[in-house]
Amino acid sequence: MLSARDVSHAYGSLRALDGITFTLDRGHTLAIFGPNGAGKTTLLKVLAGLINPRHGAVELAGGRRAIGWIGHQSQLYGPLTVAENLRFWASLYDVPEPAQRARQEELIGRLGLARQADQQVRTLSRGQAQRAAIARALIHDPSVLLLDEPFTGLDRVAAEELRRLLGELAAAGRATVLVTHNVEEGTELATDIAFMRAGRFVAFGPRAGRDAAVLATEYRDAVGSG
Amino acid sequence: MGDLVRHAWLVARKDLHLEFRSRTAITSALVFTALVLVVFEHGRDPTAVSTIDLAPSILWVTFSFAGMLTLNRAFNAELENQALDGLLLAPISRTSLFLGKLVANLAFVAVVQVTGLLLFTLFFNVPVWAVWAPLVTVMILATTGFIAVGTLFSAMVVRTRFAELMLPVLLLPFLLPPLIAAVEVTAKLFAGRPLSEVAGWFRLLAAYDVAFVSLATLLFPATVTE
Repeated sequence: MLSARDVSHAYGSLRALDGITFTLDRGHTLAIFGPNGAGKTTLLKVLAGLINPRHGAVELAGGRRAIGWIGHQSQLYGPLTVAENLRFWASLYDVPEPAQRARQEELIGRLGLARQADQQVRTLSRGQAQRAAIARALIHDPSVLLLDEPFTGLDRVAAEELRRLLGELAAAGRATVLVTHNVEEGTELATDIAFMRAGRFVAFGPRAGRDAAVLATEYRDAVGSG
Repeated sequence: MGDLVRHAWLVARKDLHLEFRSRTAITSALVFTALVLVVFEHGRDPTAVSTIDLAPSILWVTFSFAGMLTLNRAFNAELENQALDGLLLAPISRTSLFLGKLVANLAFVAVVQVTGLLLFTLFFNVPVWAVWAPLVTVMILATTGFIAVGTLFSAMVVRTRFAELMLPVLLLPFLLPPLIAAVEVTAKLFAGRPLSEVAGWFRLLAAYDVAFVSLATLLFPATVTE
């Protein structure tokens, strides 16, 4: 469904990605852990096609239409309401009108945004804006999710709801790449784990039932305290 | 072709909607236009240079700088919450994005120019209504190519530190040919010269538009891809 083959990239003389290779099948979730500056966001941008890598190739079934992106920023327009934003993004992804409305209502309800639907995004709290960003990313029912620190700004309840939602999406066959510097956050969802440092996967493989505590120890050994 | 136009319209409509909500750029441009015309009206000495000789330059200098003010907003709105990344991820062509931005910019500039022209007729005693049709034609021709180049440069500089300073510096050299042509045509129209005398300038403006709209459309995808 999604594969990267020997992907390398640099910003000037700074090597951001160095020979990243992996394949991700339907229903699998790859959690990539690494400290700030490890190249996690650059890798996600390369996978999304936002950056053309200097070397290597990315293959994604369904192309850009298949991607749902949740990042540090909401990618929403502040002066527009949540509902107007969702309508705009759904139209860009050619979601037909009746399905658009149903999907919008479902996501707004699911993410607890019913009271904020007609509120301008710039008036939302950080957590509400993040939930609106999740709705935006899922409005076109993507088959591949690229998540860049998706739990940032969410309170415990909202983070738990997002975990549940992502779990359901994975169970329904979505492939997910999740990057975070926090091992506690992504472990539960992951089927595969990668530790990243200085643009390289220093460890990569199936999670194989290991819990967050075990992975945190392995992470410290592989990457350092970060 | 259908998708290209539809997606461009979605982007343009969204920009118009955003500006309608916030009214930041259009208000600044309108206030700027009014102030410049007032300053020229009260600052000039009618016994030194006649109104009919000075008016075309005043009109076009005002339009040019007001146009630049509206261009600054074109991609600024996309930086907030990194919405530009969302647009680049969406399954729409970069050309649609450019054309949408161009249409929205042209609409903003049209509003500013029509208002500016009304104020101009109030302040300066020149025969605007007698030559309104060729005057509107030269406004359309002189603005289209300039705004196309401006939209391209606006995308290029938006992520730089001094975007609002960089834009006029880059744009002014490209503004000179349509500005000179527009002033020449307007001066001749106000002087009551026959249209045959300005046909060459009209052709030059049309050629500039074809060349620079095409060039900007072709170059835009490269400016927004990392």
